[in-house]
Amino acid sequence: MFHWLEKNPFFFAVGVFVVIAYAGVVTVLPDFMNSARPVVGTKPYTVLQLAGRHVYIKDSCNACHSQLIRPFKSETDRYGMYSLSGEYAYDRPFLWGSKRTGPDLMRVGNYRTTDWHEHHMLDPLSVVPGSIMPSYKHMFSNVADVETAYAEALTVKKVFNVPYDEKGMPKLGTYDEATKMALAEAKPIVDDMKNPEVKEAFARGEIKEIVAIIAYLNSLK
Amino acid sequence: MQSSNMINYDYSVAKCFAIATIVFGIVGMAIGVLIAFQMAYPELNYLAGEYSTFGRLRPLHTDAVIFGFILSGVWSTWYYIGQRVLKVSMAESPFLMFMGKLHFWLYIVGVAVVVVTLFMGITTSKEYAEFEWPIDIVIVLIWVIWGMGIFGLIGIRREKTLYISIWYFIATFLGVAMLYLFNNMAVPTYFVAGLGKWYHSVSMYAGTNDAMVQWWYGHNAVAFVFTVPIIAMVYYFLPKESGQPVFSYKLSLLSFWGLMFVYLWAGGHHLLYSTVPDWVQTMGSIFSVVLILPSWGSAINMLLTMKGEWGQLKSNPLIKFMILASTFYMFSTIEGPIQAIKSVNALAHFTDWIPGHVHDGTLGWVGFMIIASLLHMAPRMFKREIYSKKLLEAQFWIQTTGIVLYFSSMWIAGITQGMMWRAADQYGNLAYSFIDTVNVLHPYYTIRGVGGLLYLVGFFMFSYNFYKTMTASKAIEEEPQSASPMAA
Repeated sequence: MFHWLEKNPFFFAVGVFVVIAYAGVVTVLPDFMNSARPVVGTKPYTVLQLAGRHVYIKDSCNACHSQLIRPFKSETDRYGMYSLSGEYAYDRPFLWGSKRTGPDLMRVGNYRTTDWHEHHMLDPLSVVPGSIMPSYKHMFSNVADVETAYAEALTVKKVFNVPYDEKGMPKLGTYDEATKMALAEAKPIVDDMKNPEVKEAFARGEIKEIVAIIAYLNSLK
Repeated sequence: MQSSNMINYDYSVAKCFAIATIVFGIVGMAIGVLIAFQMAYPELNYLAGEYSTFGRLRPLHTDAVIFGFILSGVWSTWYYIGQRVLKVSMAESPFLMFMGKLHFWLYIVGVAVVVVTLFMGITTSKEYAEFEWPIDIVIVLIWVIWGMGIFGLIGIRREKTLYISIWYFIATFLGVAMLYLFNNMAVPTYFVAGLGKWYHSVSMYAGTNDAMVQWWYGHNAVAFVFTVPIIAMVYYFLPKESGQPVFSYKLSLLSFWGLMFVYLWAGGHHLLYSTVPDWVQTMGSIFSVVLILPSWGSAINMLLTMKGEWGQLKSNPLIKFMILASTFYMFSTIEGPIQAIKSVNALAHFTDWIPGHVHDGTLGWVGFMIIASLLHMAPRMFKREIYSKKLLEAQFWIQTTGIVLYFSSMWIAGITQGMMWRAADQYGNLAYSFIDTVNVLHPYYTIRGVGGLLYLVGFFMFSYNFYKTMTASKAIEEEPQSASPMAA
């Protein structure tokens, strides 16, 4: 049979494809629906948090920080309750990471504050002596992209039925409503911050990347 | 074999890709060395503002070496091997010639766009699949063009039986196509919402499912770029360079079909102790161990091809590169399964042992094999002898030292890190804060940086040697039958 296949490229290719495609179908499909179900209490991200998540992705925070707490005592002691599948139901993409150059951030919102993040992003050494994380000064001058975040939220609502605007869930509304809500959500964060540039910009109605990413990090619980 | 001397093979596309291999190799490895040193000396993050932070450069490094250096190497060898084992010249078909050139130039455009967008931070965050949808479309196009090239050449072949290398090239083409398409399924947000950035998209899968698809892709993209086409190279170039027939046809059959079937199951080992279903994790673990068989099958087949001819290791540096590459392949494919055992993975996952494992495969196996392949091709493509054997010998030892420093320091770093994360004092409390586990790694990060630097230095020596072979070396009249001619 193999000799025959080696003389018939078409059937050879079909054979190879069947053999390699098989595993994907068997491993990914059976539990697909199960894995997509959210845990009770899990909510989709607000537009501001989503904008912050985009900043997190833009600077590849996930290259050094995981968001996956494994079920070991040493991990739950350090980071909190181990991860449940349903907690990730609204994470598109998932941000588990594959390397912990820095600590896990799955529940960082439980034990860090806006103030801490502000200092840390500007100068990590000021709060963590010996840290090898670079400072992210540009997050204090770049403006967060609320428009794209809104577009994404609206897309997942329409295409994947993510329950925005439903009872007990974050409100999305129109784009104008959403920007107003994002500003309202950003206000307490800006109030907790010290950086004058960020405050001035906010007074003009501009949300800097740092504000959005702090909103996102604070939401991780 | 006689007729091969009468066909005038056209290597113009192979040459273009060979040069691309060298250029992208230098770029990708240089960024790698920089980010390695950033982990030891964080001040290096500020060379160019936000564009030189570790986070921006890391995807650039991985993508530049995988899709720049390695893929160019794969394509360069394909456009060389393909014609020779199918006994047909690309010059016989203006269409295939045109497709080959289009393949190259479209690829160069794609790479340029990727570099710019990754610097800007435009990424989907998925490892080795960071590109947004417009780039994905270009990549699919490049892939389809390559596929037409493969099957076009096969369609007009004179040698009816496909040689082993061709099996592996076909598998590379099909495997990557399937994986890439499914993993990059995304909805462009602008087309649904009508606002925001036009190139932004959102993944079709969420959370655990997204992770499962990503590592089905991530692990097997490694298989079908780092392993499968590199085996295609070793099956062609080692017998050619040594003048020895492949040890066993049966073993190559077993290894090929075994590898195809087993590899795709192993992705689950990236997700051990995560929230994916337990049975997927167990399958991933078991199949990873089974994977030793087909992997070692190929490697042993290569080593035994040298049976009775081990003296060539002394006389021919290219054989040395290829044999060490096969040995690193064995090493890497025993280390991987060990890391995929659940209890070992509990310690190793998230640590530096993982990049350590990746690099003994990529630097030792993939890098050495591509270097040897290009140098085997050079005298035949440019009709000149290899410029300097001495330089090649020196390069071999410098790079080998570099690899050893790299993986040994990362072993120690990874295991240290893993042990410290879980260490508890006599009351059962965590013994170390996270930053303790970072600071202890400084010496190992430095050693790793030095190891990477040595490898890069060796790569520069290779580039110089290749350039000189291309331009200034002594011309040869007849194509060498086996061992490549080289000046002392």
